[in-house]
Amino acid sequence: MSKEAFHKDTQTLDHAVIRFAGDSGDGMQLTGTQFSTSAALLGNDVATFPNYPAEIRAPQGSLYGVSGFQVNIGAKEINTPGDALDILVAMNPAALKTNIKDLKPGHMVIVDEDAFTRSNLQKAKYESNPLTDGSLSHYNVIPVPMTSLTREALKDSGLDSKSIARSKNMFALGMLYWLFSKDPKYTEEFLKKKFKKKPAVVEANIKALKTGYHFADTLELMPTHYVVSAAKKEKGTYRIIMGNQATAWGFMAAAKKSGLQLYLGSYPITPATDILHELAKWRHLDVIAFQAEDEIAGISSAIGASFAGKLAITTTSGPGLALKGEALGLAVMLELPLVVVDVQRGGPSTGLPTKTEQSDLMQALYGRNGESPLIVIAAKSPADSYDKAFEAAKLTLEHMTPVVLLTDGYIGNGSEPWKIKTLDELPEIKHHQVTEYQEDFHPYVRDPKTLARPWAIPGTPGLEHVIGGLEKDKIEGTVSYDPKNHEEMVKLRAEKVRKVKDFIPPLETEFDQEGDLLVIGWGGTYGSLKTAVEEYRQNNPNKKVGLAHFSYINPLPHGVAETFSKFKNILVAELNMGQFADFLRMNYPQFKYEKYNKVQGLPFGSSELINKFDKILKS
Amino acid sequence: MTTAIKYTFKDFASDQDVRWCPGCDDYVILRSIQKALPEIGKKKEDIVFISGIGCSSRFPYYMDNYGIHSIHGRAVAIATGTKFANPKLSVWVASGDGDSMAIGGNHFIHALRRNVDLNYILFNNEIYGLTKGQFSPTSLLGQRTKSSPYGNTQAPFNPGELAIGAHAKFFARVPGNDAKMQTKVYIEAEKHKGTSLVEVLQNCVIFNDGAFKDITDKTVRDDHQLVVEHGKPMIFGKDKDKGLVLDGMKLKVVTIGENGITEDDILVHDAKEKDASLHLALVNLQDPVVMGVIRAVEEETLIERENEVTKIAKETNPIQSFEELLFSGQTYEVE
Repeated sequence: MSKEAFHKDTQTLDHAVIRFAGDSGDGMQLTGTQFSTSAALLGNDVATFPNYPAEIRAPQGSLYGVSGFQVNIGAKEINTPGDALDILVAMNPAALKTNIKDLKPGHMVIVDEDAFTRSNLQKAKYESNPLTDGSLSHYNVIPVPMTSLTREALKDSGLDSKSIARSKNMFALGMLYWLFSKDPKYTEEFLKKKFKKKPAVVEANIKALKTGYHFADTLELMPTHYVVSAAKKEKGTYRIIMGNQATAWGFMAAAKKSGLQLYLGSYPITPATDILHELAKWRHLDVIAFQAEDEIAGISSAIGASFAGKLAITTTSGPGLALKGEALGLAVMLELPLVVVDVQRGGPSTGLPTKTEQSDLMQALYGRNGESPLIVIAAKSPADSYDKAFEAAKLTLEHMTPVVLLTDGYIGNGSEPWKIKTLDELPEIKHHQVTEYQEDFHPYVRDPKTLARPWAIPGTPGLEHVIGGLEKDKIEGTVSYDPKNHEEMVKLRAEKVRKVKDFIPPLETEFDQEGDLLVIGWGGTYGSLKTAVEEYRQNNPNKKVGLAHFSYINPLPHGVAETFSKFKNILVAELNMGQFADFLRMNYPQFKYEKYNKVQGLPFGSSELINKFDKILKS
Repeated sequence: MTTAIKYTFKDFASDQDVRWCPGCDDYVILRSIQKALPEIGKKKEDIVFISGIGCSSRFPYYMDNYGIHSIHGRAVAIATGTKFANPKLSVWVASGDGDSMAIGGNHFIHALRRNVDLNYILFNNEIYGLTKGQFSPTSLLGQRTKSSPYGNTQAPFNPGELAIGAHAKFFARVPGNDAKMQTKVYIEAEKHKGTSLVEVLQNCVIFNDGAFKDITDKTVRDDHQLVVEHGKPMIFGKDKDKGLVLDGMKLKVVTIGENGITEDDILVHDAKEKDASLHLALVNLQDPVVMGVIRAVEEETLIERENEVTKIAKETNPIQSFEELLFSGQTYEVE
């Protein structure tokens, strides 16, 4: 960009939280993704979170049709998409109304003033125009006639007026690039590639982008622009990755590493479907992605594929996990490898399909008939989903018992930079497959270390055997109604899961290793908890606060009691009514557990957590 | 695929005691399949039996092959995954009328429309046997069962009609007491590429005894069964003097030699006709009841279509390895 662009004041920030909000047809997800990607490519650490309505195209201008995309860009390590907003971009009155409460007082909101028509104000249930009635006086409102400026700029583009109007998101993006001193070149490259076959569209969008950029430069209401410098990160090659994409890739990596083909049986369900979308793309890379007729067929077909020797997985969200319960019990009984991914959402029932929650924990642990323990692990961030998917596959293959991997809508749809981890950097996976004839073969004779049974697959001569949901003889696997054998088998299956403890890393504590308060979390809340603990410790240097975040839930890792006993207070924070706290209390009843719970379909904010820390440590 | 090993039916019998009620047609089905398998040219380790829940579903335990005795209604969903995983396997589903058309109805219709290359043996006894005698989705209206003491009020499915409605490409019907016909039809089912559905009219001696006796008893069967064969006129009767003709849109039974009807007037069975209209009329015919392979239309299977799409992906996708995928799109270096 021209040097003249930098004649205004520059202010340096260590991080900034920005939200783009508009109608669900305004292209806010694309705008936000572009801004985040450019920021990351220019060296910032970023964390993003899209927030979109359950309706695909809600009536234009309506409050429930507002779609948002939030990004936190930092010159330091960023662990969450952020709580309160530093900058809000609102493309219409409905977007303003639903998002303004999250903007920090005195901070900047950029609005498309052309969209503040009488009809749009009515749809947003505004009685008077907030841009002129003084109700926004405690914010720095920047009204910009984005629609008309875009129209004027593109009047000779040859595009129809609808397409022109649609380009106003690029105008907004251009303004933000100027505001944060970011070169828009990556978005220009992206547009050229995306609309390769429509040069007029490429040209119009780039023009809108540049017009927005120059307009911000000349706008007197914007006297300052910001610089968020590059964050210090470990050396290496990075990319921005979404949680669901990372999950899919983690399984692909595990398939490669184990030498098995990956099989996914799945049924569409928000917010898990992106894993199916992702794997469906890579069928030529040894992936079978089968969209079944329902959730039950999804898992059942995966069991059938596992029986025949594939690394089999099924992906779903809470309601789907409920439907899969019986088949998951069958997999426990058959002792076949299988991973079930539950990208949790707000429940019960259909609940809040596009919002996040951690309320499927008990369902994952116990949601089956009979004594049917299995391995439960959880991913803690979008990028961590890659490692945890890999780990889930490794555990199921090495221990011959199903694994439930819990992620959630927040990390599934969120994205962050990921230092690319190649196959060479991942551990080996040693599965129990038997593909050649063995003298004296018994399908339920176990490996003494893991209690895993051999995985003899159809096509192997001489090892023909039948497995089933009926209780089995502990050696032959044939049907057995013997009472003693049943009890022994129940105990063996439980012991097999318990033994996994010796194969997973012990519990780790971050920050203080002993002292006043141990904050405990699991799964997708890691970023929020870490940010809050960090901030609290900075402001309260005399308090000793540690963070123990659980990735392994069943079995719990070694070191739990030792860790807990080093702190005066224990707080379990989770996005449910206290399911993990109850689970810990059941396993370690000797400790007193404080709880912090939230079920609003939203992630934790730092300030609410810090208030809770304060309350505990002041009482 | 042929094999040098020559099997007999005994090679397919497991060491497990068979626990069906004495006199159950399931014994006939078991033996007929064990007799069919040596003829299909598959190694026994390449044959898999998958079942759901019910009397029928004990089937895999009695076969000396790979097998899963799974959960109620899900056999064909599991079998679909097994076939995906290894298309070389000969995959058989053993399922009952309740298992297939009540709790597993969804999987049943979708397997048929997808045309997964499976052999699906439907043990239709028009009753729930293992739970001791409740009406099933094929029980007759008015039928008195333990859960319909005053008569069943739920109209039944005709499995063949449902299957054709679900775009089945292969449908056969066999009497539960006719081992010879069964063996022949099972061999044809295996040879057919796609989902081969065989409905067995299987007598439950305990809870629905005699349900098919008017069709299957030796004394009446010749006059009340029409056994169809592709390319042959549809003639039946003790004296081979009855046949089917079209009367408008409907099938009509005529007697050869009466009213000037000759053998040339009798409809010739075409199992390979894509248009299912006549096949539908045949499966719905009440008297005679049509047996044998009623429909056998060759069409691409699910796995074949999958393979074609994979080939397109291989040829057109610029990313050709997992490593390439990891580094595809926008990446950046941190020094």
